[in-house]
Amino acid sequence: MKKGAHTAELPAADPRVKLIAAKMKKEHYRPDALIEVLHTAQSAYGYLPLPVLAYIAKMLKLPPARVYSTVTFYHFFSLKSKGEHTCLVCTGTACYVKGAKAILDELEKLFGLHAGQVTPDDKLGVQTARCIGACGLAPAVVVDEEVLGKVLPGAVVEKINSKLEAV
Amino acid sequence: MTRHELHALIHGEKARVAEQGKKMKIAVCCGAGCISSGSEEVLKKLQQEIAARGLQNEVEIIPTGCMGPCNQGPLVKFLPDYTMYQKVDCENIQQVVESQLIKKEPLESLMLFNDSRDKPFTDAREDPFYKRQLKVALRDCGDVNPESLEEYLLYEGYKALDKVLFEMTPEEVIAEVKQSRIRGRGGAGYPTGLKWETVYKYVSPQKYVICNGDEGDPGAFMDRSVLEGNPHRLLEGMAIAGYAIGASKGYAYIRGEYPLAIKRIELAIKQARKLGLLGNNILGTEFSFDIEVRIGAGAFVCGEETALIASIEGKRGTPSPRPPYPAESGLWGKPTLINNVETLASIAPIILQGGEWYSDIGTPKSAGTKVFALAGKIKYSGLIEVPMGTTLREVVFDIGGGMQGDAEFKAAQTGGPSGGCIPASHLDVKLDYESLTALGSIMGSGGLIVMDTNSDMVDVARYFMEFCMDESCGKCVPCRVGTKMMHDILQKICDNEASVLDVERLEELAIYVKEASLCGLGGSAPNPLLSTLRHFRHEYDEKVTTEREWV
Repeated sequence: MKKGAHTAELPAADPRVKLIAAKMKKEHYRPDALIEVLHTAQSAYGYLPLPVLAYIAKMLKLPPARVYSTVTFYHFFSLKSKGEHTCLVCTGTACYVKGAKAILDELEKLFGLHAGQVTPDDKLGVQTARCIGACGLAPAVVVDEEVLGKVLPGAVVEKINSKLEAV
Repeated sequence: MTRHELHALIHGEKARVAEQGKKMKIAVCCGAGCISSGSEEVLKKLQQEIAARGLQNEVEIIPTGCMGPCNQGPLVKFLPDYTMYQKVDCENIQQVVESQLIKKEPLESLMLFNDSRDKPFTDAREDPFYKRQLKVALRDCGDVNPESLEEYLLYEGYKALDKVLFEMTPEEVIAEVKQSRIRGRGGAGYPTGLKWETVYKYVSPQKYVICNGDEGDPGAFMDRSVLEGNPHRLLEGMAIAGYAIGASKGYAYIRGEYPLAIKRIELAIKQARKLGLLGNNILGTEFSFDIEVRIGAGAFVCGEETALIASIEGKRGTPSPRPPYPAESGLWGKPTLINNVETLASIAPIILQGGEWYSDIGTPKSAGTKVFALAGKIKYSGLIEVPMGTTLREVVFDIGGGMQGDAEFKAAQTGGPSGGCIPASHLDVKLDYESLTALGSIMGSGGLIVMDTNSDMVDVARYFMEFCMDESCGKCVPCRVGTKMMHDILQKICDNEASVLDVERLEELAIYVKEASLCGLGGSAPNPLLSTLRHFRHEYDEKVTTEREWV
């Protein structure tokens, strides 16, 4: 963790901080509730900023290194912003067999993004998932919260563009 | 709530349903697949349509869990006739209602499987897709409203828990499960009854039951469907397990990628607590049991039991050497029973119908039924449950409707990244633990992906190796380094830059990794590679030079 990150103060009035504080209280500040608390923090912020991790470590009485190592272990947690809009391409076996790679190639070609990358303006992020369990609809892509089943690369791009233009 | 009150409640529910006299029930599939296809809008539209026609006193509309053929969705089912419709949308739902409810005749052009049968069956259960199936773990899934405890009670809900608490000792429950010969449905196939007995025998003031719902295999969505379609069945199974082994606390560990499953199981827990079916002194007895949900954070290795326990404790999900097994020293060092979702969902039917009934299904060594998630280049992908010993041919061609379009069957992949491929020459293999292992694949958790002649088997092996490499937790060297080395060689072969020596090196590495890894992830990571080498060696040979020099 960056030097000094643990000293950063979070604004207590921030509704996101309040959410995390409420969750920790509900879990009685038990150290084993760390992953649950991280889920709350990530859904509040969209990712896990370092000062937030330091705050959680302090409140749960855990070494910051323990918190950091847990965050970096799990795919679900991210230390950087995932982008305002996200395009999650499922790369499970069924989707892989049915053309997930063509979708990823198209996204790379048009937006210059590999999986895990975000555009410089933070508008769009591309991610992959191991399997979202919608194998009957392969290949599947999730744009923001919306699942697109049996999609072709063109339809994914169309969807993303409509999201980007809507802002 | 006491036992007496529960019976009164069920009686009251039955009376209420009878009194309402609703003749018809329309079920709209709200499993993850159908929701993605737009079934929630269909449900709303249907409600408006029924209200507009003034039929709300005659027809009840319910959302249900997965009905099976996911790629035909959104699916709508008319009960009690079991007439089913496919690809229903907000426009054609009007025609369906008009035809089915007003004209009283089915609308053939939208009926399920109308595109493949000469005449679709009015009772969908007559169709080979359903007729060949036998539902135990998935029983009532697709008929029952997963968000209503009252409705679950009408489907013999919590009857098994009632029976266990008042008529059976823990020893008798374990004996019943042992007699059923059910084996763990998570993949390894360890006898469930034996596992229960082992945990039961350890004396400890605190024991735990964990439900492993970290369904990580890509291409598998069996557990998801049980969690979404009938969450109370799982809670009931966990409570029975808790009673049998003497545990008062359970954890349901669910993948974070399954938000709907998490929502429904949390709702079910809340409902069950409210009625006193979970919590202290269940049904007025001495038995107390409560369940908490733990949400996974996306790590495949957490399906391994010791890693899962570490994750529940809020740590990095790395496995630990066994022994001690979780049965002796598991969660927080206490005796812990870990069972898969599908296993636990099968417990209530086993208690109600008896272990002997269950053990008569299937083959002598693999009793009961297995849920499979069919996907890939198959006509009807979706969720099915068949007796053990059903052949692959029956599953793919009779139930799954054969290949998509004019694709030609090449192989079926079972067991995900820990499993292997079954080539066309073995289409008549029986799907049970022993037969699949003999072919170099495994039963696994139940993902079954059908591939056609366009699939490059070396690339498939590379895909799974990449998966294992990414998901290796890094704790032990054979898995951390071995999967990377094997992946690099496979990549080299795919790029046509390898020689025959590389293939030999690959085989050697596979054995090392398999034998020396700490947990099941590394231990089974070479399986897809070894299995494709065994059945599709010519595809490797075509890609490598025969020069016995390193290129």
